[in-house]
Amino acid sequence: MATIDLTACRMREALRARDLSAVEAADASIEAIDRLNPRIRAFLSTDAQGARRRAEEIDKRLDAGEDVGLLAGVPVAVKDNMCTDDGQATTCASRILENWRAPYNAHVVERLLEEGAVIVGKTNMDEFAMGSSTENSGFEATRNPWDLDRVPGGSSGGSAAAVAARMAPIALGSDTGGSIRQPAALCGVVGLKPTYGRVSRYGLVAFASSLDQIGPFARTVEDAALLLQATAGHDPRDSTSVPQDVPDYLATLDEPVTPLKIGVPREFFGDGLDAEVEKTVRGALAVYEGLGAELVNIDLPHSTDYAIATYYIVATSEASSNLARYDGVHYGHRSSDHADMIDMYMRSREEGFGDEVKRRIMLGTYALSAGYYDAYYKKALQVRRLIRQDFDRAFETVDCIMGPTSPTAAFRMGEKTADPLTMYLSDVYTASCSLAAIAGVSIPCGFTEAGLPVGLQILSGVFTEERLLRIACMYERETDWASRLPPVCEEAS
Amino acid sequence: MSGAEPIPTIGMEVHLHLATATKMFCACAVEYDAPPNSRVCPVCLGMPGVLPVMNRKAVELAIRMALALGGTIPDFAKWDRKHYYYPDLPKNYQISEYDQPLGVGGYLDVPLDGETFRVGIIRVHLEEDAGKLMHAEDGACSVVDLNRTGTPLLEVVSEPDIHSAAQARAYGEALRQLAIYLGVGHCNMQLGQMRFEPNISLQIGTDEKGEPRYTPISEIKNLNSFRAVERAVAFEIARHRQEYEDDPEGYALERLGKSTRGWLDDREETFLQRSKEEAHDYRYLPEPDLVPVVPDRKWVDEIRAGLPELPEHRRRRFIDEYGLPEYDAGVLTADRQVADFYEEYVRIAANTDAKTAANWMMQDVMRILNERKVAIAEIQIGPGDVAEVSDMVVAGTINRSTGSDVFAKMLESGKSAQTIVKEENLAQTSDEGELEAIADQVIAENPGPAEDFRSGKEKALGRLIGQAMRASGGKANPKVVREILVRKLRG
Repeated sequence: MATIDLTACRMREALRARDLSAVEAADASIEAIDRLNPRIRAFLSTDAQGARRRAEEIDKRLDAGEDVGLLAGVPVAVKDNMCTDDGQATTCASRILENWRAPYNAHVVERLLEEGAVIVGKTNMDEFAMGSSTENSGFEATRNPWDLDRVPGGSSGGSAAAVAARMAPIALGSDTGGSIRQPAALCGVVGLKPTYGRVSRYGLVAFASSLDQIGPFARTVEDAALLLQATAGHDPRDSTSVPQDVPDYLATLDEPVTPLKIGVPREFFGDGLDAEVEKTVRGALAVYEGLGAELVNIDLPHSTDYAIATYYIVATSEASSNLARYDGVHYGHRSSDHADMIDMYMRSREEGFGDEVKRRIMLGTYALSAGYYDAYYKKALQVRRLIRQDFDRAFETVDCIMGPTSPTAAFRMGEKTADPLTMYLSDVYTASCSLAAIAGVSIPCGFTEAGLPVGLQILSGVFTEERLLRIACMYERETDWASRLPPVCEEAS
Repeated sequence: MSGAEPIPTIGMEVHLHLATATKMFCACAVEYDAPPNSRVCPVCLGMPGVLPVMNRKAVELAIRMALALGGTIPDFAKWDRKHYYYPDLPKNYQISEYDQPLGVGGYLDVPLDGETFRVGIIRVHLEEDAGKLMHAEDGACSVVDLNRTGTPLLEVVSEPDIHSAAQARAYGEALRQLAIYLGVGHCNMQLGQMRFEPNISLQIGTDEKGEPRYTPISEIKNLNSFRAVERAVAFEIARHRQEYEDDPEGYALERLGKSTRGWLDDREETFLQRSKEEAHDYRYLPEPDLVPVVPDRKWVDEIRAGLPELPEHRRRRFIDEYGLPEYDAGVLTADRQVADFYEEYVRIAANTDAKTAANWMMQDVMRILNERKVAIAEIQIGPGDVAEVSDMVVAGTINRSTGSDVFAKMLESGKSAQTIVKEENLAQTSDEGELEAIADQVIAENPGPAEDFRSGKEKALGRLIGQAMRASGGKANPKVVREILVRKLRG
């Protein structure tokens, strides 16, 4: 098997056994990026030299018998909204941060480095993580490796595509309303959004602070568990990160959850759900039934009708605040042509931000304005509480909730860009989990006739990632979706 | 509308820097003389991706202040973002507490001209300070120093219970004294550690329903001295009065609302910054990066138990317990360390009474502090040393003016009063024989004053006593000298 086809866990074993060197692993990733990225455009920046240097150092330490960490020598891709002080830009795929170099490492980047990972590049995304197709990148659109005319989903489309096309075995993304799970579904990989507070947000450039959460992309559940293991845990620099021990996810992964009661919300199988996606997801539910699980119909009355509306008020309000700092004064893009200070603010932001970012800043600014706050933001917080109660109630009787991750498989590029509302509905099944701050994962559960991946979303309560991963693993063992290779990889190799 | 005299109605927002070692939401040092932009980190620079972490000490100090003002500490306080664009505010929002502050209610009794008046407190809350923006004189550029960005700032908002410029000043001074007493802030005015924003309006009689009518509220921003507070408030009161006289119907709160004004210190006048229409919409947002503050009751009780006696209470006690005049009590309690020193001094002194001790404090100890511009803890003399020298004067061992000299020498040499008096042979003499001879000599050498006294001019005696004291080298007991002189002149 070619090095690049190894999962992170197998790569890790080979590295420890010294059957594989970190330099070989890095080179395999760099070679795949060189070969595939010009067509897929998953990476905004790569650092082949830095990665090789780092791999050499890891090899030395491994040769010396040192314990280099969980990810010793494993290539990892990182979404470009996580700060790296390695001299590479951290852009959030925005013109406004095009040349910004972070003076510090994000907590997750520190963790990756402590665990011996080799960061091979920063991945493309919708600008400031606002979007569901990665078409809102300020630089270029990323292509879906399964069909280059289609989107990879978003906002973490670059990380999803990088893992799907085997340019890196694992990658970090961030999820605010579905930005890990939806692209994972559309690219046929595993994408996990941990419980809010499980992974430190320090150094993750904020979109919507009360929703943002960093999580892993991988081809297998085991690899996702590995990357979560390496990045989860309390960080005193993030007041919302929870001081709770991180279980050993890998140790229990193989243990099935029995008995298993699966909640199937009626609301997740309503209007707007593509028939082929529904059939595929129902097929996955049948697999669980075959394993002895009990399927229970449940209701999440507030979680689809209101989730999108609530999400787009909470997220845009916080975004309008978080993005106020990009004003051209202290860092980032400053317009070269301005009459005075206010003009400098306006032109810098006008030139630096893309349309979707501007749209959301305006929505959020409106929702927080005097006279509108109670009707929008405050009301949204109340509905958010109801959504959370929906889930709390459901988890009193079921172990997890399952349904489609996204209402459709990957859509064509440009198909939804003209109609933002249609685009927003891509998050219809994922946003409620973010609002409820619970854990969720999307795993591959089959393909459409056109050969596009379909994702099964599994949700479970706060800080139950250990069980969530075990449940996901039960299905994965029964199927073999991860072994399929996107056509572009076969063509190119 | 009634024709009653307008009543100035003033509420005050006071900002003060808390005496913490580090900033409100990061570990940068709070320093005032560091080179520009040298006490900064990604967090206080508002870089992408950073998160604030609350400074617990700042919360403790804020609770301390709120409790000292008699306020209550709610079970739940939350942080909010207050948005406005300005280059000295890197995030373009300030983290503050909007509708659920750390402290609610309370009051401050403020002494002024021998009386006290009470100012209600609406709230006490925490926020972060902004940086400093400086503009080149030619207008070519502006530069920003972000060392101050993120400095913990306490805001105390009063009820509109202040009714004159003098009261506004006195309230500010009393609040400063309290903050220093509590160790909450250093309140160094030159360093900008305390700033005042009075909200001024005049109550202009009542409307037909009997409700009070007011002139529009003007808020004066960023006053940084007591002088400026007093003058700016006086200016505004006069301006409101004039505007009201010019247009009694139109110049009303319900028509014009609230405006924001600046103060030009050199021209001694205010100017309009923003009218009601131009008022900012701060778009407050609950701060999602911080968890709410839920003060542990036990902790609050500990902070309460650790409160010192407050200045106004102590001032009253000095009057009642030590029988001091208002003035002395005010002077001695203005500084907590001075008041502590005084009380210890009175406790130690064997025969110096409280009033005499107050005189020693004001005439000798505090004079030295003022001359040297030092705090009482910085001088080499303790309450026991002052007690020793004043006891010697009361006992008649040395006279009062020698006592002051001895005190000065104690400061310089570090020697005890006993040693100095002994070494320099300063003990006063009451030896009648020696003093009689001196009296005879003085009368003989000063026939004029002697004659004046005999003819009834009592004042002339003072000159003769002075001469006698000089002749004795300052050692004569002035009381005995006086008796001898009177006896000789009358005899």
